[in-house]
Amino acid sequence: MSDRKIQGASIVFQSVGKAFAKPGGGMVSAVDDVSLTVDAGAITGIIGRSGAGKSTMLRMVNGLERPTSGKILVGGQDVGAAQGTALRAIRRDVGMVFQHFNLLASRTVAGNIALPLEVAGVPGARIKARVADLIHRVGLDAQADRYPAELSGGQKQRVGIARALATEPKVLLSDEATSALDPETTQTVLELLKDINRELGLTILLITHEMAVVRDIASHVAVIEGGRIVEAGKTYDVFTAPQHPTTRSFLSGLTGVTLPAFIKGKISDTRPARPCDEVIHVTFAGKHATDPMLALLTRDLGLQVNILSGAIEEIGDQPFGNLLISLDADRAAEARAYLERHGLLTQGLGYVG
Amino acid sequence: MSANLINLLIDATWQTLYMVAVSAALGTVFGLPLGVFLATSQRGELLSRPLINKVLGLVVNAARSVPFIILVVAIIPFTRMVAGTSIGTTAAIVPLTIAAVPFIARLIENAIREVDSGLIEAARAMGATPLQIIRKVLIPEALPSITLGLTLAVVSLIGYSAMVGAVGGEGLGDLGIRYGYQRFMPEVMAIVVVILIVLVQLVQTIGEWFAARVDKRAPKGRGQ
Repeated sequence: MSDRKIQGASIVFQSVGKAFAKPGGGMVSAVDDVSLTVDAGAITGIIGRSGAGKSTMLRMVNGLERPTSGKILVGGQDVGAAQGTALRAIRRDVGMVFQHFNLLASRTVAGNIALPLEVAGVPGARIKARVADLIHRVGLDAQADRYPAELSGGQKQRVGIARALATEPKVLLSDEATSALDPETTQTVLELLKDINRELGLTILLITHEMAVVRDIASHVAVIEGGRIVEAGKTYDVFTAPQHPTTRSFLSGLTGVTLPAFIKGKISDTRPARPCDEVIHVTFAGKHATDPMLALLTRDLGLQVNILSGAIEEIGDQPFGNLLISLDADRAAEARAYLERHGLLTQGLGYVG
Repeated sequence: MSANLINLLIDATWQTLYMVAVSAALGTVFGLPLGVFLATSQRGELLSRPLINKVLGLVVNAARSVPFIILVVAIIPFTRMVAGTSIGTTAAIVPLTIAAVPFIARLIENAIREVDSGLIEAARAMGATPLQIIRKVLIPEALPSITLGLTLAVVSLIGYSAMVGAVGGEGLGDLGIRYGYQRFMPEVMAIVVVILIVLVQLVQTIGEWFAARVDKRAPKGRGQ
């Protein structure tokens, strides 16, 4: 590959706020006092529900939206303050991939990838060579002269990625790039993004509403809710020890900690007077992820444990497990203390009687 | 039918084609930029010039609300200034063009507005200037619609061109009125109508063929 290794740029949000004018007058805040540092060369995911402000955050990185307060620095350059030519120069250093691809129907695969180079005023011969390289990188050699209408969703997104890489950007922004794709295609596109990050060294900032995407490729994650970052850190840490309820709810669908329906209907926060079980969420992380802790619990404390649901996940090649168990409420505190002592995290979810 | 009459019909057909072709070409030269500007200059859009947009929109609407036959007569002084004379086929091109520009501008405006705003965003994210976005994204993407719009404009101009006999413009319409109607020669009228139908069919067919050729939005054929 003729691509040279690029020095990725960091992205720094400094107390960034963005408010939009409401149609009926007044302002509505989309992003509120957000500070976040996205490391150069890392893949960072911002996860949030629709309307949480993640899209606005992403669009401020290349100046598609301007912050109403605070600063955004991309490779040290203040994007919000840049205008005209300076802003366009920054944008050439920041590639963007879109959920709905946004390819020109009137141009072939090669033509679409050439567009940013034409825009940048690169001479024709160099465009041709560069486009051929990019088409090869994303594995679309056979489709170079096809039009987008003739491609599958995954192929279209590969064109989108190649186009975003054309000007050798230092940052790649991904706006729900896999949300319109089926699960299998999502995996191949995520793999491609991972490869690009590893081989080219550019910073990738992606937004998504799927924790699976974060788990699969992001080394760092920020959770956004109501325009504020409620939790941020290394993906492994956030997954194994989520602090905020929003994070937990995002994780619950993913990590085998969804309560089975027959328990969900009966569980209560207050302990009933009669004998009952407590439901506990146990997280196995790091070196304990694969320990047979429940067997040990039964052996050492003589406790009967019901397993309600569970799964073992991998994040960046590190395993961690999630388990929902229920056991006699009278001895729950004892059991939790035992598990915590062995490096596991526990959380009481309620009582079932 | 006399050889004389046949010559008249051939001449009239050429005159119609000449008037329509020149006014359509000029109409596009002025209508295209006007239409693009109208489509991109509202508040918050690419060229964002809301005031000029409003004013131009009003002018375009005003021009489009004047019935063509009245326009022809009303702008005679202007026609004389531009064409040197207000009578004849060449002079008739002036009112035809004046009518074509706002019409074509609106058609182009609609075609440009149909372009997915995501494409504009993608181009902005690439660092494209507004002019580059217009040239490399908006116009190529709108080309199928623009082509059909221009086809519609040419067909309308063929109809308008029949009215320029009022100021001494010649052509098929004029021939039909003077011979078919005023000299009671229904066969001339019939032939004129047939030629007009053939012309319109031809223009429509060519326009649709060209629009299909530039339209890459749907895959061609099956099993490719």
